[in-house]
Amino acid sequence: MATLTVNRPPIPGFSFENCRRNVLLEGEATKVGCSLPAARKTGTTICGVVFKGGVILGADTRATEGMVVADKNCSKIHYISPNIYCCGAGTAADTEMTTQIISSNLELHSLSTGRLPRVATANRMLKQMLFRYQGYIGAALVLGGVDCNGPHLYSIYPHGSTDKLPYVTMGSGSLAAMAVFEDRYKPDMEEEEAKRLVRDAIAAGIFNDLGSGSNIDLSVITKGNVDYIRPHDEANKKGIRTGDYKYKRGTTAVLSNSVTPLDLEVVEESVQTMDTS
Amino acid sequence: MAAAASMMPIFGQQISARSDLVPDWTREEVSTGTTIMAVEYDGGVVIGADSRTTTGAYIANRVTDKLTRIHDKIYCCRSGSAADTQAIAEVVSYQLGFHSIELEEPPLVETAANLFRASCYRYREELMAGILVAGWDRRKGGQVYCVPIGGMLVRQPVAVGGSGSTYVYGFMDSNYKAGLNKEQCLELTASALSLAMERDGSSGGVIRLASISEEGVERRVILGNQLPKFSTH
Repeated sequence: MATLTVNRPPIPGFSFENCRRNVLLEGEATKVGCSLPAARKTGTTICGVVFKGGVILGADTRATEGMVVADKNCSKIHYISPNIYCCGAGTAADTEMTTQIISSNLELHSLSTGRLPRVATANRMLKQMLFRYQGYIGAALVLGGVDCNGPHLYSIYPHGSTDKLPYVTMGSGSLAAMAVFEDRYKPDMEEEEAKRLVRDAIAAGIFNDLGSGSNIDLSVITKGNVDYIRPHDEANKKGIRTGDYKYKRGTTAVLSNSVTPLDLEVVEESVQTMDTS
Repeated sequence: MAAAASMMPIFGQQISARSDLVPDWTREEVSTGTTIMAVEYDGGVVIGADSRTTTGAYIANRVTDKLTRIHDKIYCCRSGSAADTQAIAEVVSYQLGFHSIELEEPPLVETAANLFRASCYRYREELMAGILVAGWDRRKGGQVYCVPIGGMLVRQPVAVGGSGSTYVYGFMDSNYKAGLNKEQCLELTASALSLAMERDGSSGGVIRLASISEEGVERRVILGNQLPKFSTH
């Protein structure tokens, strides 16, 4: 049977065709003068630290859409498993969905093994997924938890590389937070000292980075217990207005009062029904 | 700077030119700027690397371990894109572990090198990875194999790689002689890495060394203030 088109075998692997199209469209749009809608990003400062007995994760709570704050109090510390939590920076949708997918897969895996999941497993799953999408999933994560081998902390980049370290920061405010860590981090800190350190690191990001702001959320993970403290510190409470532009009745004295009725003639009357179906 | 940091068209860097609240180093791909080196001696190999990982101009990790274990007595030194080299190393570790179980004996260094080459060559357009594979096996003793960007495979008695390697080719050529012993190899590697780290912005931190022989793997770290000094000014 003769055909006009040749059947090509399907190309394996993810198709990045639309990504190429998007780059072209963005170029065209800027030439005309308008811009494509900006994805909501968590500008962000997130960080994590290993202390004596566990891991503390911290995050700010500002989500931005371009130069506008889209959410003043969003939650950036995501649940992965009862003993593992993950902070997310980058595109808000990407971090939310990625952590949910891995959380779901990890729960199934945990039921299959009959054991509490390990942080290294979550790390492997996240890095393999992000590498598969070659950096197009804009999720920069700080993964922390306590498992049978002790406390662990990983930083995971959008392209799929990971680093296992005692203290990590990510996001646009990461430089400010890292400055605090490099100054005051010590191995085997007590819980209160470590909480103060994380709080100060996130505060540095909030006050020195435009993409981070609002409150400080903390998550203290120890063996057998998680303290999800939201908010740990309301660093930016909305102020109470000290003055009022409304004038009281009687501020302006009334000299005289006169009422004049206006005679109007009905010229045309029409009824338009609203579609309430 | 050098071959490893050349302007290859990577999609990640072209994605969005808009300058947001988010600075460029949050969008740059993580690269192990790097200087790596491997030297054969009679009875084993010595491998060494710096410890700096960069995203643009920011150092994402200043204590990276670029000497990755592939098998008990086979290690690889990673340079190029951090994500690419980590992914390849994990795949090869898995493949080699499986192969070794099937073989019921420790795998050959040449096998590991070929597995690296297979992945690096097949996906050469998508990957940016320069790898040195080094180890000891019973058949040929200590061996060093070079798998640079593009997926070539060649065995060399001494090899350097990464963006900082260009600064130490002269030092390596003039100071390496056949027949060095383990201590001399360690000294040569430490010196070469120290010189490269001094001159290359993308290399720095601490020097990680490892020696692999029939006895096993011995690792050591030379901290920043203990680096061999050459400069008099």
